[in-house]
Amino acid sequence: MREPFEKLVEQHAGTVLRVCRVMLGSHDAEDAWSETFLAALRGYPDLPDTANTEAWLVTIARRKAIDVLRARKRQPAPVEEVPEAPTALGIPGGDDADLWHAVAGLPDKQRQAVAYHYVAGLPYAEIAGILGGSTDAARRAAADGIKNLRKSYQGATTEGAPS
Amino acid sequence: MNDFLITPSDDDGTLARLRLRLERAAAAEGLLDVAYTTVDSPVGTLLLAATPKGLVRVAYGIEDHDHVLDTLAQRLSQRVLRAPKRLDAAARELDEYFGRRRQMFDLPLDLSLSKGFRQLVQRHLPEIGYGQTRTYGQVAELVGNPKAARAVGTACATNPLPLVVPCHRVLPADGTPGRYVGGREAKVTLLSLEAA
Repeated sequence: MREPFEKLVEQHAGTVLRVCRVMLGSHDAEDAWSETFLAALRGYPDLPDTANTEAWLVTIARRKAIDVLRARKRQPAPVEEVPEAPTALGIPGGDDADLWHAVAGLPDKQRQAVAYHYVAGLPYAEIAGILGGSTDAARRAAADGIKNLRKSYQGATTEGAPS
Repeated sequence: MNDFLITPSDDDGTLARLRLRLERAAAAEGLLDVAYTTVDSPVGTLLLAATPKGLVRVAYGIEDHDHVLDTLAQRLSQRVLRAPKRLDAAARELDEYFGRRRQMFDLPLDLSLSKGFRQLVQRHLPEIGYGQTRTYGQVAELVGNPKAARAVGTACATNPLPLVVPCHRVLPADGTPGRYVGGREAKVTLLSLEAA
């Protein structure tokens, strides 16, 4: 028995938003979120009853994020729209944008593995299915990603991190 | 240890905005098979659901709204989304009804949740005007099947659109309020509202 689509939105809206942020940063994440849930609503009646709905949503979100990244490459943002604001990067308690900035700096595979495991909570076997490669490789990519984040994002150090 | 990745900051506001955007996009793309909302009323929280054809379900709290949504997903479409905009007119007319500013509902209805004799009865119920009542037997006569009083009772008990399709105006012949999908107390409340 398949539950009403509304339940998926209630349960996974926040997770999908955070996955999209990890992939794209705060602004474009909202477009990817919208595209993800609209595509999911369209395809929902055809989803097999046994499917893991969260993994399914994350897979769609990944595809939509890649679409956004491709579109970005085709249309580079005009330089005048990027403000020369001082960055709070590295200052504990600074805006969340710093975190997303640090995450965005990770190599692609690490960024995705971190998003799917630590943000979406998917097991490594599912992540291997999404990324291709072995379960061990997915686990290693996530671990390397976290190690790199510790170096580049001060908020992640023991004294700065929320308990 | 890695909590910093799942600490939401201003997610609630963002998600509320995104929900609204999804509701609009789904309607525009024709993917909003079942839109629903809930409204407060003197007979408790009511769930209102509509297909593109019209209002398809009004449900009392005692029917268990989660269960009602599950049933809509099974019987109509799994594309069920909280999307209040499609229910704006229904919510307004109900509000006017409870405020004694409306005696008849003027809403497109989707009767696809009931079939056969039950639907026939439900189609005839709006002929019982505001403030009037009929017995189950009288309604059986009204639909041309005088011996079907018991089946009329079943049709009333399974009415997917209570309030709007006024099954509360149908009573047992013994003068008691009888059973009601929203509970006996709700039926009495509606009858006294209309009698005032």
